[in-house]
Amino acid sequence: MIDFSRNHFELFGLPERFRFDPAMLDSAYHALQGEVHPDRHAAASATEQRIALQSSARVNEAYRALKDPVARAQYLLSLHGVDAFDETNTALPFAFLERQLERRESAETAMADGDAQALETVLADVRAEAGELEHRVASLLDVDGAWAAARGAVRELRFLAKLAADVDAMLAAQDN
Amino acid sequence: MALLQISEPDAPPVPREQRLAVGIDLGTTNSLVATVRNGIPVVLPDERGHPLLPSIVHYGEFGVDVGHAAQLVQARDPQNTIVSVKRLMGRGLADLPDERRFPYRFIEEPGMVRLATRAGVKSPVEISAEILRALRVRAEASLAGKLAGAVVTVPAYFDDAQRQATKDAAKLAGLDVLRLLNEPTAAAIAYGLDNAAQGTYAIYDLGGGTFDISILKLTRGVFEVLATNGDSALGGDDFDHRVYCWILEAAGLPPLSPEDTRLLMMKAREVKENLTLHDATPVIARLSDGSKVDLSLDGETFTAITTQLVAKTLGPVKRALRDAGLTPADIQGVVMVGGSTRMPQIQRAVGDFFGQPPLTNLDPDQVVALGAAIQANVLAGNRATGDDWLLLDVIPLSLGLETMGGLTEKIVPRNSTIPVTRAQEFTTFKDGQTAIAVHVVQGERERVADCRSLARFELRGIPPMAAGAARVKVTFQVDADGLLSVSAREQTSGLEAAIVVKPSYGLSDAEISRMLEDSVAHAADDMAARALAEARVEADQLAMVTHAALAADGDLLSPAERRTIDGALADILRLRDGADAKALLAATDALNRATGDFAARRMDRGVARALTGRSVDALT
Repeated sequence: MIDFSRNHFELFGLPERFRFDPAMLDSAYHALQGEVHPDRHAAASATEQRIALQSSARVNEAYRALKDPVARAQYLLSLHGVDAFDETNTALPFAFLERQLERRESAETAMADGDAQALETVLADVRAEAGELEHRVASLLDVDGAWAAARGAVRELRFLAKLAADVDAMLAAQDN
Repeated sequence: MALLQISEPDAPPVPREQRLAVGIDLGTTNSLVATVRNGIPVVLPDERGHPLLPSIVHYGEFGVDVGHAAQLVQARDPQNTIVSVKRLMGRGLADLPDERRFPYRFIEEPGMVRLATRAGVKSPVEISAEILRALRVRAEASLAGKLAGAVVTVPAYFDDAQRQATKDAAKLAGLDVLRLLNEPTAAAIAYGLDNAAQGTYAIYDLGGGTFDISILKLTRGVFEVLATNGDSALGGDDFDHRVYCWILEAAGLPPLSPEDTRLLMMKAREVKENLTLHDATPVIARLSDGSKVDLSLDGETFTAITTQLVAKTLGPVKRALRDAGLTPADIQGVVMVGGSTRMPQIQRAVGDFFGQPPLTNLDPDQVVALGAAIQANVLAGNRATGDDWLLLDVIPLSLGLETMGGLTEKIVPRNSTIPVTRAQEFTTFKDGQTAIAVHVVQGERERVADCRSLARFELRGIPPMAAGAARVKVTFQVDADGLLSVSAREQTSGLEAAIVVKPSYGLSDAEISRMLEDSVAHAADDMAARALAEARVEADQLAMVTHAALAADGDLLSPAERRTIDGALADILRLRDGADAKALLAATDALNRATGDFAARRMDRGVARALTGRSVDALT
C-alpha cells in the first residue's frame, strides 16, 4: 500500500514546483509502477492483488495530475489553499476572451469548409499562446510564490487547453 | 560437491518450480496457444503439427467438433457450424451490421444474441468456450499437467461487454484467467523483447474480424501504450465478403442457399489468399444445382473493390496518432500483426501513410500468442532475470454516466492508463428525491443513445433533502484487465451501492455457474474432486508466496503478528491433505486476512526502495 496521505510530488520524490525535468517524473513513475503494478503481484494473495490495484491506480492518478500543465498548476495551487477553478469567480480578461472567440470562429469556419490546414493553424496559435502562458505561470508559482495571483493565469491556461482540445476534435472528425 | 537439500519438517510441500502458464490468442479466424519453454516462447501445435486452430465450432449429431474437423463440414452443415463467433461476442442482434451475412438461426434475447443449433440454443460465450477448451486440452496434453493460468488476448478496441464476454468464455472453458491482454500490446511485447526495440512504435493489427492500432513508447523495459484506436467490426472477413459480392455480380447469380453461400465465402477467402502471392487467380466452384462458376480475379480489381476497407483502417490510425500527440514522422517502426496484413494493398497503404516500409519480419499469425505466453509466464510467477519489464496499457473508449437530458458525462477518458480509479460527485434534481438511477455507458459520443449501455443500477434510500443537497459520489474503477466496476455512495448518509459492471450484454454469474454445472465434463463427483483440487492449488499458492514474503520482509512484523501468520500457515498445512475443501478454503481465507497489513507494509517498502534506487541512479 502506498501512503495515501503523501502528496503527488512527495510520492514521486519531486520538488513542489510547476517546472521540473519531465524525465524525472517519467522515471519515478516507471520505478513506482515497477513495484506496485498488478502485473507484479499477479501470483500473490488476493489481498496483495487488491492493494496493488489501488496503489497502481493512485500512482497513475498522481502521474496524470503532474504530467498535464493545467492539472499540475491546479494541484500546486490547491496545496497552498487556492482553488483555481472555484465557481464564484470565473471572470477572464476581455481581450483574452475576445482573442479566443475569434479563434473559435475561425476554427468553426475552417471546419465547415473542410479546411484542415486552417484548423492546424488555429491549433498552432492556441498552443503557442499556451506555451507562453506556461512560462508566466511558472514564474508566478516557482519564483514569486504568488499563489492567489497565479489563479487568473491558470484559468486562462485551462481555457486554452479546452479550446485546443475542441479544435483537435474538429481535426479528428476530418480524419474519417 | 553438491549437497542434498532437506526441507524443514513443517514447511508446506514445495509446489512445482515452473507453474504451467499459456498465452491464448482467441482469433476471429484462427486461435493459438503458446507457452514459454526453457525461456523461449513457442506455439503449441496439435498432434498433427498444426499451430493454428480454426475458430470454427460444429455442433454435430454425435458431439461437438472444433477446428479442422469443423472446417471440413462447414459448407455441408452451415447452420450448425459457427465461424467468426468473435464478431458476436458481447453483441445484440441490433449491433450486427448485416445479420443476413451469417447463415445462422439467430435468436434475439435481451443482451447477447443467441444461436439455435442442433445442440440447443447457444450463446457466443459458450461457443467461444468450446474453442478455448480445445486449446486448454491441447496445452495440458502437450505440457503434461494442469494449467495454473492463461493470458487471453482481446482486440484493444473491445469494449467492456466484449471483454467481459471473453473472460466468461475462458472461465467456462476451465481456464484461470491471469489477465486479458490487448492483442497489439501482446505483439509489441514479443516484438520489442525480441528486437530490444527502443522508441515509439505503431502496431497495426488487422485480424479476421477486428482492427486495432496502438501507439507504444518503449523505454528501457517499459512498454507504455500512448493511445489506441480501432474498429471491432472490420477485418479479413470483410475483404472476403467484397470478393464474395464480386463473384455474385460477375457470375450473375440469384440469391443462394446457406450451403452455396458458405461455399462461395470459403472460395472468396481462398481467392484473397492466392492474390497475396499471385497477380491473378481463377475462381471456380460448382453450386448445389450443378451450375458452375468460372471466373478470374486479378490483383488490380481486388485492390479496387477493397479500397474503401483499406481506407477505413487509416481513420483510426490518424486518431490514435492525434491522441498520442504525434505525427507519422515520429514513429520509429510499424509492426504488422494479423493474417490480413499479408495483403499487398494493406502493406502499400500503411507504408505510404507512415513513409516507411512496415516491419513484416515476424509471423503475423503467431506474434500475439507468443507475446501472451511471455506475459502469462511472468504473471504466473516464473519471473526470470531479464523479465523485469513493465507493461502500462490503456482503456480504448471513454467511460461515463448518463446525466439529465440523455447526455453523457465522461468519468474516465479514453486512453487513460489502467488500472484507474476516478470519482465524480452528482446531486439530486428534485426536492425530496430518495433514489438516483446510475446508467453506465461507454463511447465517445455526446448522446447516451449513441454510446454503448453497459449497466444500470439504483442507489435507493437517500434521506429526503432539498434538490441539490445530496452528494452522491460515483466511483469508476477499471482493473488491469480493462474491466470496470462502479460504486455509488451518498456522502451525507453513508448509503452505498456497488456493482461489478456485468453489462446488459453479458451473462450473470449465476448463468455462468449453471453452464459450468451443465457441461458434461462436470458430473457430481467430478465437481467435488475439482473443488478440492482447486482449493489445494489456491492454498499451496498462497502458502508459497507467504513463505517468500516472510523470508524477504519478515522483519516488518511484530512477534505477535508473526505468530498469527505462522498459525494460519500451520492450519493450511494440516488441512491441505484432508478431503474438506471448505475448511481448506476457510484457512486460506484466514491467511489472506492475516497477511493484509503485511502486504501493505511490503508494498510501502517497495515504493521507498523504488525511489531510493532512482535517486542513487541519478547521482551516479
